[in-house]
Amino acid sequence: MVEHRPLSDFIAYAILTLGVFIVAFPVYLALVASTHDAATVVGGNMPATPGSHAVENYYRAVFVGGSRTSREPVANMLINSFVSAIGIAVGKIFISILSAYAVVYFRFPFRKTAFWIIFITLMLPVEVRIYPTYKVVADLRMLDTYAGLILPLIASATGTLLFRQFFMTVPDELLEASRIDGAGPFRFFWDTLLPLSVTTIAALFVIQFIYGWNQYLWPLLITTKDSMQTIVIGIKKMLVTQDELAEWQLAMATAVLAMLPPVAVVIFMQRLFVRGLVQTEK
Amino acid sequence: MEKTTVFNSRLLPYLLLLPQLVVTVVFFYWPASQAVWQSFLREDAFGLVSEFVGFENYQTLFAQPEYYKSMLTTVIFSSLVAALSLSIALLFATQADKNLKAAGGYKTLMIWPYAVAPAVAGVLWFFMFQPSLGMLSRPLRGLGIDWNPLLNGNHALILVVMASVWKQISYNFLFFLAGLQSIPRSVIEASAIDGAGPMRRFWTIVFPLLSPTTFFLLVVNVVYVFFDTFGIIDAVTGGGPAGATTTMVYKVYADGRLGGDLGGSAAQSVILMVIVIALTAIQFRYVERKVQY
Repeated sequence: MVEHRPLSDFIAYAILTLGVFIVAFPVYLALVASTHDAATVVGGNMPATPGSHAVENYYRAVFVGGSRTSREPVANMLINSFVSAIGIAVGKIFISILSAYAVVYFRFPFRKTAFWIIFITLMLPVEVRIYPTYKVVADLRMLDTYAGLILPLIASATGTLLFRQFFMTVPDELLEASRIDGAGPFRFFWDTLLPLSVTTIAALFVIQFIYGWNQYLWPLLITTKDSMQTIVIGIKKMLVTQDELAEWQLAMATAVLAMLPPVAVVIFMQRLFVRGLVQTEK
Repeated sequence: MEKTTVFNSRLLPYLLLLPQLVVTVVFFYWPASQAVWQSFLREDAFGLVSEFVGFENYQTLFAQPEYYKSMLTTVIFSSLVAALSLSIALLFATQADKNLKAAGGYKTLMIWPYAVAPAVAGVLWFFMFQPSLGMLSRPLRGLGIDWNPLLNGNHALILVVMASVWKQISYNFLFFLAGLQSIPRSVIEASAIDGAGPMRRFWTIVFPLLSPTTFFLLVVNVVYVFFDTFGIIDAVTGGGPAGATTTMVYKVYADGRLGGDLGGSAAQSVILMVIVIALTAIQFRYVERKVQY
């Protein structure tokens, strides 16, 4: 703004600090709850400061799992979440960089058609065709597999559009120069285009990793074995008893573990993530 | 904009497109067309016999009071979440835009809920407001409110709205801040010289210039509330109590899974597809018009 009045600045800082407090408070409570014993958390008088059971709770959550019900330990769920999130990110980058390359750098019959076939997928998230997709995956015998967790979620055009947009901004002279050097389509892609695309690839990786990690409805439907469960599903299942006997301290430890990887990715890769986000959506 | 120099190769472009086309056809077009086809079938409980029944599934659906209820819930839920998360985010963004020096730090502190899974956000909020052990339930009871989202439909809806807004503020904040920072300072300075105060400048200059961002966010937020909040609703309330938080997407899931009514569920999917396609089309027309200016 134009004025720099102390009062206006003070109000701004006050409002923003309040905002940060609202954003952080639920997570702070989860952190605190994950360091107390069950009785303290369930008693309804949990103190607002950390307790002394952190090591015990995290150890039990990660390696043992809830005792009352034979739940999977979180370590295994974390592995499943990592495999599917990385699978979704890498798979999507792979298929979309190739198709964007085809659409931008080649002229061939049905080019427009192919582009539209891919483009239309932007409109329908997997949630609206959830049972038919489930049936397809079941028919292909992909229930309880990583392929079943990954493939249906990469069937959308966001990545293709992002790469297409980026390729359009690459100067034509680069292609002309490498053709004079005698480079074919493979050499040009590998030696020139790929190195230029590194930041776009990284941005897309961050966004897709978070998207994959945070999936809920799809893994809920297609994983029937506990050993294939992802961590986001696991937390809900710890609370499914809905009574006060649910092991809240373990559920909160699990929630903290489930938040760590994607939040860390956003904070460390903030610049790339913001760039990629603004480009895909707009 | 088209490239002027391209490669000449007959087979290669098709090979490059192949992986994406295969995935798209198998996991998008095949199930999407199945959804449409299934919405015209009636299947027995085991899925063994199916019969073409035309629009019967749709007629049954529109004869159900629960379907209208889920529509109403969706409308109330999405307008509340969109209105609250947009206005709160706009407030924060205008304040962060004031203090450009500290904006970067606040940005980092504000954006990370974007990375929290909706279901996890739901669990966190449920923990704070769980009737017997929630830290914030006791103060509410102290105020004389008999707070119980497990039994009271309105309370459940409020809780789900709060968790959804919390999750969405960071995203809207990011886009609003980017929008605000792209408004030329000279325009604002000129009107300040003309004697317009901060509020007047905001409503007559900043807000109109921000309207493309706001419109874009509105569409994205509505789509977010439709689909991404599934995890929040399922983790917090499971659609209850007595269907008070059953949105249209949740009903597709609940009818197909719990009720075994695949035809009815497919008909609901098709209606949702039409709504989303309409929203997307509006957005694209608007964005395209904006680009031509």
